[in-house]
Amino acid sequence: MIDKIVPDVGAAVAGIQDGATVMVGGFGLAGMPSALIEGLIAQGARDLTIVANNAGNGDTGLAALLKAKRVRKVICSFPRQSDSYVFDALYHAGEIELELVPQGNLAERIRAAGAGIGGFFTPTGFGTDLAAGKETRHIDGRDYVLEYPIKADFALIKALRADRWGNLVYRKTARNFGPIMASAARCAIVQVEEVVELGDMDPEIIVTPGIHVQRVVKVVTLSDRDGQSGAKSEAGPDRAAPLETDATKRVAL
Amino acid sequence: MSSYRKWTRQEMATRLAQDIPDGAIVNLGIGLPTLVANHLPQGREIILHSENGVLGMGPAPAEGEEDEDLINAGKQPVTILPGGSYFHHADSFGMMRGGHLDFCVLGAFQVSMTGDLANWHTGAPGAIPAVGGAMDLAIGAKKTFVMMEQLTRQNEPKIVQRCTYPLTGIGCVSRIYTDHAVVDVTPQGLVALEWVEGLTFDELCRLSGAPLRPPA
Repeated sequence: MIDKIVPDVGAAVAGIQDGATVMVGGFGLAGMPSALIEGLIAQGARDLTIVANNAGNGDTGLAALLKAKRVRKVICSFPRQSDSYVFDALYHAGEIELELVPQGNLAERIRAAGAGIGGFFTPTGFGTDLAAGKETRHIDGRDYVLEYPIKADFALIKALRADRWGNLVYRKTARNFGPIMASAARCAIVQVEEVVELGDMDPEIIVTPGIHVQRVVKVVTLSDRDGQSGAKSEAGPDRAAPLETDATKRVAL
Repeated sequence: MSSYRKWTRQEMATRLAQDIPDGAIVNLGIGLPTLVANHLPQGREIILHSENGVLGMGPAPAEGEEDEDLINAGKQPVTILPGGSYFHHADSFGMMRGGHLDFCVLGAFQVSMTGDLANWHTGAPGAIPAVGGAMDLAIGAKKTFVMMEQLTRQNEPKIVQRCTYPLTGIGCVSRIYTDHAVVDVTPQGLVALEWVEGLTFDELCRLSGAPLRPPA
């Protein structure tokens, strides 16, 4: 029997070794796999290379991992934010390495890794400092830069719902990097709010097929949105289902 | 110099929004360009794209209705309109790079006379660079509009012969909307289409770091 559901966060992040490359989903706080990051901090792996869009907000999540001095290098598009003071201090102290990548190149390099592409020519960044020293090519009247895939040992991802095969659906813009990071990592670890039986999710609306997922853990979310109003929490976890179904169906078709 | 009143940010947004036609798919950058969303002309159906995976983005939610999983590129809470859709980041940037967006509107430090854009990094020592989706947006949309002040706080022109700040994209800007003027970037150079009342064309030229031509 295939069962990717693990009992707790500790089991989910087991085996992440020192020096590993770890992708972390999320755009700001939307899709940030906070429980898995906390688990990684507790697990103790160090000298990590983190691939993410941002470099942490405030003192929690990715920022807490950085603050614990577990990260050697960050590959991201947008480290500097109003509340990225943990990263800022490490960067200025020379204690963390930064590889800055335009966001679309970051996404496509991750996608390429998952899709077995050895490299690709992109127009983004041509002629800028971020393409300095890179191979270029003129194709059909336009200039392109050669970019290589980014693969990872592990990916930490937040989704809404999974089954024991690891099929996933996400919630609204929390989807962001989840599907591509799942495919680019040797071991994709997913925290979800809900685990359902095989067949409960319409095959037409599954966003990440389970082939890309190795471990799933259900976490208790103390999500603000569930506590915001009585009406919302009464609707229960299925509240989001019709919305997610309608929106994702269009993409899947 | 004659007396004139600069356009306000709201007036700039209103003016720019007039140039976005019915049916257009548009990405509004963070900062000043975000204002354009509040000034889209009534009666036009315009679809807003956000880099973090949404088409059909709607206005900010009512207080108390915010959803942490539904945000825009500036990470502010937004809503989705009927007909809207969600997609992952590679698809979202594929839409840009693939030329599927009609317009994007970006802020800028500088725009050159050939439409080079500098808007992601001052290059100052110690400054932490952050690029986000700026380079993808600049080169991806069918038309890239820039919305910025005419002058820096030090009264230096932001329209320049050559950008001195690090570039975001080469030759990517179609039109510039400032608090003084609307300027087209053409193969023949910069053309001032209109400018604030009370300012003469010669005076406008002195506020530009690159030559301007009057409208044809």
